[in-house]
Amino acid sequence: MLSPLASLRAGLERRLKPEGRAWLRQALSEATDVTEPAGPAGLPRWELHFVTAGRRCGPAPHTEGGAPDPVDAARVLILHAAAPGTDALVRLYGKGSADERRAVLLALPHLDPPPRTARALSLVEDALRTNDTRLVAAALGPYAAAHLDAHQWRQGVLKCLFTGVPTAAVAGLEHRAAGDDELARMLEDYARERTAAGRTVPEDLAYVLRLARFEESRDTPHPPGPHRPGPDPSVPDPSGHPPPAAPHRRSQSRSQPRPPESPPQSPRSPQPRSQSPQPRSPES
Amino acid sequence: MPTQSRSIPRIFDPHIHMTSRTTDDYAAMYQAGVRALVEPSFWLGQPRTSPATFYDYFDSLLGWEPFRAAQYGIVHHCTLALNPKEANDPRCTPVLEELPRYLLKDGVVAVGEIGYDSMTPAEDTALAAQLELALVHELPALVHTPHRDKAAGLARTLDVLRESKLPPERVVLDHLNETTVGPAADSGCWLGFSIYPDTKMDPDRMVRILRVHGTERVLVNSAADWGRSDPLKTRHVAEAMLAAGFDEDDVDRVLWRNPVAFYGQSGRLRLDAVPAGERLFAGNSILRGGE
Ligand SMILES: [Zn+2]
Repeated sequence: MLSPLASLRAGLERRLKPEGRAWLRQALSEATDVTEPAGPAGLPRWELHFVTAGRRCGPAPHTEGGAPDPVDAARVLILHAAAPGTDALVRLYGKGSADERRAVLLALPHLDPPPRTARALSLVEDALRTNDTRLVAAALGPYAAAHLDAHQWRQGVLKCLFTGVPTAAVAGLEHRAAGDDELARMLEDYARERTAAGRTVPEDLAYVLRLARFEESRDTPHPPGPHRPGPDPSVPDPSGHPPPAAPHRRSQSRSQPRPPESPPQSPRSPQPRSQSPQPRSPES
Repeated sequence: MPTQSRSIPRIFDPHIHMTSRTTDDYAAMYQAGVRALVEPSFWLGQPRTSPATFYDYFDSLLGWEPFRAAQYGIVHHCTLALNPKEANDPRCTPVLEELPRYLLKDGVVAVGEIGYDSMTPAEDTALAAQLELALVHELPALVHTPHRDKAAGLARTLDVLRESKLPPERVVLDHLNETTVGPAADSGCWLGFSIYPDTKMDPDRMVRILRVHGTERVLVNSAADWGRSDPLKTRHVAEAMLAAGFDEDDVDRVLWRNPVAFYGQSGRLRLDAVPAGERLFAGNSILRGGE
């Protein structure tokens, strides 16, 4: 069986045109070459390849639904091969375009040696502050699932619902959301706010809420069908969403607000999950 | 969405400052047929006081603004440079040392806006240095002609261009008008015209210039920014061209194929995001509005 990066590379090579494939092989073989700077900006060779990937290996025809963006994939492979230290990684993100920043975020869980956690998390946090949904989605990958603290992770999940990022983009959602009472409260408050305003509740919300309330088995697959973001990601726009999912029952009780409680038939978790970051295996 | 009964042109606005525009503008531009644009870096109205604010601005042109445009079905590219006005401020000129790294980025399709504002020695230096950057980065250059003392400014610009090794087909001279189009055309450079509500050019004058000079190497833009300007001026020119007897192919050439050819010299235009099969004016199938 192929490792995740080996299958990423195999899948990418299949999707590239011959000239793109040749470029990728050269870029990966030169990724550890630090002998002389290259290009008009005098960057290390691997960095030049990383920056210019968008015009060297794209556009590939989008035939395989759900396959990673080829430019993202190429950049992740280059970063893995070059194995930059934490300083270089932070610089790359700070001086990168949005596409380059996204690639740095996507690469975080794959780097060997892994970057220093606090500084890598500062990149995740930076991305979560943006309203660029592609950055937000990339920030909530396996690295955030493993390392982001509970408060910021919950804010990230809520931001997905606000900006139309499908919660399927949140790595480890089933695991981290399970039994998270604080997340459940935030989701219920949000649903109530939407309902009070006469707006639809994002369809992913009910699913995440069931997870947080332990009503959904962790083994249940995530509901299919990503919904597309509304036209303006900074404003939750009901028209951007498909027909409303059934809101959680509590969200409909606008006339008599009550303190959060579990629905009657819901088995209450005997031991809610710890709110602190949970240790994960780094190879996820 | 209201249904339009007639065909709309596909439009590439080769010069518009979307940073200063609203989401309503994006929506209206899409409705008018705009599917791609180039945002040149320029002066923001409020003078900058350090190079770092340029980098945030460049990052925005390489991140947030393309994202915003994409929400409205419009492909966004940019040109980067130290603008002529701030080339005179020594607090800003260190930007020139960082530009090489930024000019590598995938979304950058030219060096610009460069050129003259007040025709000072500092502007001479910045213009020559940035034409050299365009040369080594294999990029075209967007050269702004000054608003004051325009004819003399153009003459001096053409002198500097002749001294650079950048071939004229890699240069667009922008903000031209009736008095400057002749010498600009003789230089072999591309000819840019900015259509404004009060100043610069208007649609009917633009049509008269197209009648005399033809559609070859002509780029028409709105140059809309934070001043009194209109992001739909490109569409107004299309209407004026049709009313004056130009056909749809002429309109498509001026408002789509010419900017694609000019900025395409960068090798970095990504128009694959423009939906396939959506040809608007081009070819035989004409997309109707109101989809
Ligand atoms: Zn301008």
